[in-house]
Amino acid sequence: MNREIAVVAFVQTRHAADSGGLSEVEMLAPVITEIKERTGVHRFGFTCSGSCDYLEGKPFAFVTALDAVGAWPPISESHVEMDAAWALYEAYVRLLHGDVDTALVYGFGKSSQADVRKVMTAQLDPYYLAPLGPDQVSLAALQARAYLERAGAKEDDLRAVAARSRAAGRDNPYALHLEDPDGSQGYDVAPLRPYDIAPDTDGAAAIVLAAGDKARELCERPAWITGIDHRADAHGLGVRDLSRSESARIAGERAGAAGVEVAELHAQFSHEELILREALGLGDDVLVNPSGGALSANPIMAAGLIRIGEAAARVQDGTAAKALGHASSGPCLQQNLVCVLEGEPRG
Amino acid sequence: MGNPCAVIGVGQTAYKTKRLDVSMAGLLREAAQRALEDAGLDWADIDAVVIGKAPDLFEGMMMPEAYLADALGARGKPMMRVHTAGSVGGSTAIVAAGLIQSGVHDRVLTVAWEKQSESNATWALTVDSPHSTSLVVGAGGYFAPHIRAYMRRSGAPDHIGTLVAVKDRQNALKNPYAHLKIPGISREMVESTPMLWEPIRYLETCPSSDGACAMVLASESAARSAPNPPAWVQGTSMRSEPIFFAGRDNVLPQGGRDAAADVYRQAGITDPRRELDCAEVYVPFSWYEPMWLENLGFCGEGEGWKLTEAGATALDGDIPWNPSGGVLSSNPIGASGMIRFAEAALQVRGMAGEHQVDGARRALGHAYGGGAQFFALWIVGSDKP
Repeated sequence: MNREIAVVAFVQTRHAADSGGLSEVEMLAPVITEIKERTGVHRFGFTCSGSCDYLEGKPFAFVTALDAVGAWPPISESHVEMDAAWALYEAYVRLLHGDVDTALVYGFGKSSQADVRKVMTAQLDPYYLAPLGPDQVSLAALQARAYLERAGAKEDDLRAVAARSRAAGRDNPYALHLEDPDGSQGYDVAPLRPYDIAPDTDGAAAIVLAAGDKARELCERPAWITGIDHRADAHGLGVRDLSRSESARIAGERAGAAGVEVAELHAQFSHEELILREALGLGDDVLVNPSGGALSANPIMAAGLIRIGEAAARVQDGTAAKALGHASSGPCLQQNLVCVLEGEPRG
Repeated sequence: MGNPCAVIGVGQTAYKTKRLDVSMAGLLREAAQRALEDAGLDWADIDAVVIGKAPDLFEGMMMPEAYLADALGARGKPMMRVHTAGSVGGSTAIVAAGLIQSGVHDRVLTVAWEKQSESNATWALTVDSPHSTSLVVGAGGYFAPHIRAYMRRSGAPDHIGTLVAVKDRQNALKNPYAHLKIPGISREMVESTPMLWEPIRYLETCPSSDGACAMVLASESAARSAPNPPAWVQGTSMRSEPIFFAGRDNVLPQGGRDAAADVYRQAGITDPRRELDCAEVYVPFSWYEPMWLENLGFCGEGEGWKLTEAGATALDGDIPWNPSGGVLSSNPIGASGMIRFAEAALQVRGMAGEHQVDGARRALGHAYGGGAQFFALWIVGSDKP
């Protein structure tokens, strides 16, 4: 199947460290309403979402979210228990079939309801790793150390990533507005300091995909998806080179990452951006995370989708001819998705 | 619908209360290995892996695709995890088929499972949450009032559920993978078991099972070199509707009707009872057979119980339902939908063994989930669409 598919609209919440008493449905509903108004589309050919039961502490987070979508009459719909970037991938594949022209994709997460770094332990090998209780930040610190030693980078390089991300985030009305990193702060888990770690964030985001002429009808300058691919690495931290991301490298090559002007990377720790830049072959001329990235706002399950939305926004506003959105899942960048967007369809 | 897609491999584990001999990875690998053998393929031949299961709280493992990547040979490959409640086994197969139909891949491995012995599903279904009240009833308590409403609406006599419970367990005796095998199963035996959620008796419910089911799906060119006959996907459909709102028909949900109409249209079916040779339908409580007979258009409204009573859905009836023994005989929750889809494929491949429906050429696979609000259906046939 060969079909032109584009991001035609992207909406996100003004992300917050704590959205207070809002339920997930209340957080999501304005986003869905806005994207329907903006596109003028109220029934989509396909709908797909990403969310995580463990953030809510109960099963079926996605069931109540349907109340925000308006699934009546019944809709053609699916859900991944992954970042919504993978829901976008599923919707993209669905549009390739040729029988539907529009898809709604959304993701949401309320980190404030949970202790994220502990919750993430529940995604580790349940027999040999999870019972030992390593938390997300400790595992990330292992990866950071492996990278610094292999690449000869310094902790100052990590702080530079955090400083640039936070400065950009302060210019982004949707991100948290965080102060310049304070180099005198102690370690959280060495070599990571608090500013190297993405902030707990509540938020939601939605994207509308459309195919061919429908995309042109809904959007003046669609951001065409010219390549999208995702790959997994082994789970066992001891059987992969933690200082590199082989899965991101393959996904980037297959999606056609070469030549992008802007890259939105789902780096939840400073060192992850450096590993991903290397894996994706992004030179110094590539503008990375002009939105501030996950280090400025990291609503889990939506943060990867937001990267694609932000990259698409750069294409739509004409500031980039070719941009890349990246999403990650699993401990230490285990899974990576790369979506390349361009202003004009290829060929 | 896109490019042709075929099921060229099916693998199942034995379904049991506790599979203490294997880890979760071991359980999935057992099913996947059997599917690969059926397809005449090795791990390296697979382009992508799509897995599915019911809520992560069932085993206490969050986002299990991360841990399972190693055991399922997904290193360096795309891997996804689908979750759409009880319909997930069906939805997962549909997402995997989509990767073939879109032309993205040629050979996709899809696996669904549950290992209920690792945790407690009824507990996971009844935990409290900050924003809604827990019903503390499990699935049976939730569906019993809907069954009672069906009985009142249709005027069905009380013994219909018993007939389904007996029929599916008789079929299970012919299925080597089935969990519940009850020699001499009879109406008296079912009626002598305790009432759990009026009108559902103990033997009218599904068991709690450990198990996994896998399929290898292939493009037309990849299917050509398969050693065993393929089952061609002739239609797929998913529908979702909100769980609670005034006026929603809980007994015969619109989503089920719409999904059925969609999949029949794709397969060119106008009379499912006549044009399908058998069906594997998600019946976790016995009464859902007559209810789904109506919802899926095998008869008119209020008529489903009459088909069951007349034996139309028995293995020797005109439209056998659940020749494998169905969910009533094996219920690894997340896998139960995929087992329906896979058993439908086995029937049209002529590989269902002792529970084979003679000459089956077209079969329906069905799954539902949540508060009977998520539906996934496919039709497979021996002929390429």
